[in-house]
Amino acid sequence: MKKLFLLTCTLMFFATLTAQAGTPKDTLVMAGQIDDIITLDPAEIFEFSGAEYAANTYDRLINYDVDNVSDIYGGIAESWEISEDGLTFSFKIRDGITFASGNKLTADDVVFSLKRVIILDKSPAFILSQFGFTPDNVEQTITKVDDSTVKLVIDKPYAPTFFLYCLTSTPGSVVDMKEVMAHEKDGDLGYGWLKTAYAGSGPFMLKTWKPSETLTLDANQNYWGEKPKMKRVITRHIAESATQRLLLEKGDIDIARDLATDDIKGLSGNQDIKIRKKAKGAVWYLGLNQKNQYLQKPEVRQALKYLIDYKGMEQTILNGIATIHQSFLPKGFLGALEETPFSLNVEKAKALLKEAGLENGFTVTMDTRNTEPTTSMALAIQGSLAQAGIKLEIIPGEGKQTLTKYRARNHDIYIGRWGPDYMDPHTNADTFARNPDNADDAKSKPLAWRNAWDIPEMTKKADAAVLEKDAAKRAEMYLELQREHQQVSPFVIMFQDIEILGKRANVDGFVLGPSFDSNFYQFTTK
Amino acid sequence: MATLFSRRRFTKAANQTTRLLIMVAITFFGLLLITFLIGRVVPIDPVLSVVGDKASPEVYERARIAMGLHLPLWHQFLIYLGNVLKGDLGTSVLTARPVLEDIFRVFPATLELAVTATIIGVFIGIPLGVFSAVKRGSLLDHITRIIGLLGYSLPIFWLGLMALMFFYARFDLLPGPGRVDVFYEDIVAPVTGVLLIDCIIAREWDIFKNALSHIILPASLLGYYSMAYLSRMTRSFMIEQLRQEYVLTARVKGVAEWKVIWRHALGNCAIPLITVVALSFGTLLEGSVLTETVFAWPGLGLYLTNSLLNADMNSVLGSTIVVGSIFLGVNLFSDFLYKVMDPRAR
Repeated sequence: MKKLFLLTCTLMFFATLTAQAGTPKDTLVMAGQIDDIITLDPAEIFEFSGAEYAANTYDRLINYDVDNVSDIYGGIAESWEISEDGLTFSFKIRDGITFASGNKLTADDVVFSLKRVIILDKSPAFILSQFGFTPDNVEQTITKVDDSTVKLVIDKPYAPTFFLYCLTSTPGSVVDMKEVMAHEKDGDLGYGWLKTAYAGSGPFMLKTWKPSETLTLDANQNYWGEKPKMKRVITRHIAESATQRLLLEKGDIDIARDLATDDIKGLSGNQDIKIRKKAKGAVWYLGLNQKNQYLQKPEVRQALKYLIDYKGMEQTILNGIATIHQSFLPKGFLGALEETPFSLNVEKAKALLKEAGLENGFTVTMDTRNTEPTTSMALAIQGSLAQAGIKLEIIPGEGKQTLTKYRARNHDIYIGRWGPDYMDPHTNADTFARNPDNADDAKSKPLAWRNAWDIPEMTKKADAAVLEKDAAKRAEMYLELQREHQQVSPFVIMFQDIEILGKRANVDGFVLGPSFDSNFYQFTTK
Repeated sequence: MATLFSRRRFTKAANQTTRLLIMVAITFFGLLLITFLIGRVVPIDPVLSVVGDKASPEVYERARIAMGLHLPLWHQFLIYLGNVLKGDLGTSVLTARPVLEDIFRVFPATLELAVTATIIGVFIGIPLGVFSAVKRGSLLDHITRIIGLLGYSLPIFWLGLMALMFFYARFDLLPGPGRVDVFYEDIVAPVTGVLLIDCIIAREWDIFKNALSHIILPASLLGYYSMAYLSRMTRSFMIEQLRQEYVLTARVKGVAEWKVIWRHALGNCAIPLITVVALSFGTLLEGSVLTETVFAWPGLGLYLTNSLLNADMNSVLGSTIVVGSIFLGVNLFSDFLYKVMDPRAR
């Protein structure tokens, strides 16, 4: 009797402590990998999770439609004009916008924000400085015409969409000048403060950021557009996919952001969970170092492209999280080449190796990040290369360790993933198809440089494409560039990323865009 | 004569203190040097953590110089040493905040877990060890030894995952990972940093209940390991004491058996047990690295893991120094208690 009483008491204790089922109606709760956030300053943010934070908390002059990227529409700018010579862009600012702080948003804030990016010159500053803005000339090139008009003067008559797309990226975010300057220290333009604070006008505002733990946003009551449906959005850092899945199944979170293929499969029969997908801009590729005596042979480069089991990997290892794609511009970008001429063809590869005088194969190493799905992909590639006598030695390493080696051009083969920085095709052409100086001490070190690929002619073609104003002609130039690149480059481009999220069935309206800075929470309902 | 005696005692005490301080300084210096060198010789470019993969060469170079990485290694170490002595552990790349501030923020969560686990370990492990020693060869003794053996051999992360699967996923008896349910995050303002106490201060009883339910699983798990260790050690100390003649004498004199066991024998075990409990507490801090990762517990262990995975070397060094210093402090404290309780050690 006494034991029964004790057991009942214990069970009652656990029952009272057990968490309530479900999350509050007005709060969106997510689990994701957010430990990449190292700053909250839009002038410095260059990470996936940070870009998503800025997209939901800051406004930009202009935005693009996530379902039709070529449609650029006004954000805080109600209209804009481009001068005939293609050098001057004038933006008219909407009236009646206030920051979360209550300060009025004016042309001064826009000018301050863009100048600040150039003067601070942090990692993403090149997105704007590539148009000729420097700390020395910003007083002349980024100016206020009147309280509601801003004038920007660029150095060359680039394709106008190139500049406009760059303004839609994170460094184009507008910060509250008064708020930021109130926290300025030793002329740092508020950099020390804004790294961990907030000064924006977007649909959400920062409540708290506990690095590598949680990011909590509250609805901005001063927001000028459609008010967010959720009062609060909380994202907790949960690294493991299995844990995210567990929390989602139990209803402790509304959305799981980083589910692995096994967990997606495991959730397929669950009526309470829905899976959503969206093609993202990142591409998976192999970089073949041209300093390697074997890999520098054109036939070997070509042979490797026939020694990848694209379909096999897509259907097994990547099952749903990536799709076959073999050119440097991801689908959805202007001029993206969707042709996939390569498939696993061991005989053809052997013939090419014979042409190169390597019919007995050779040994080569591949630096591989020790996380999934990279490790499994590397093993699959090792298997298919072996069929043609190529012995691939996998060198596993921590992400930054393999990257350090890659950046120093000390690799043979590097398996990597590259995401575009903005929605214009130049973003990837600039790195995959340009290499202005192949010297070890070159100033610019794009991916082509990292693989020691000297391409003066292709660099000229990429430079010409970015200056072409006619969109159709420009698209054609990129198509041609990619066809050539696809055949001759030391890049084996294999797949394009797909972002997958698992959500509770009652969650709707979460906008998944083509890049991380176009994932929006504003219209989410429960 | 008396003056001479007290002078001798004073000199002896001063010598002992000087020796102790030199020992602490050498240990601390060694700890700093080794962790610093490990952080610098790993083939990872720490600048990448600050500027990312896509920064321009100018931005990269500026960050490298700002981090002092252009200087010779010995110079970097001297600067670091100087800063540490001033109480500056540098700034974390991951959090953009001073490392010391981060540690003050996350450490209470680890302390909360380690103290709860130690309480569980002490209050269950020691009595279990005593019973086991008294009833040698009995069923209870075998069970205790098996528990101890499992505590020694099962990896904590595996047991943690199993516990989550059983108590959370399968039977819904306890909540999942985290210190509190996600939607309760950031409601209670941190005063002490120990959430349970902060909830009481803020009179947030729902969140208190929620936080209490969240700590049960990780604390029990850590407590189990502490208990396994303490019960084994107590058992062997007690067996040794129960063989001593003074125990026999006490029994012959007719002292009650419970008094013989709990007061006489256990009393004499107290001195070595203090060292064991102190070591166990230190080990719990180490064990928290894995436990906190499995349970997404935002303490020093998780902070250290995230910093390591992101090559945030200032944070790694800072956390290691703090854990090392605590270990050193706990050991010194146990030595002190040892001396207080055992006149022979003075």
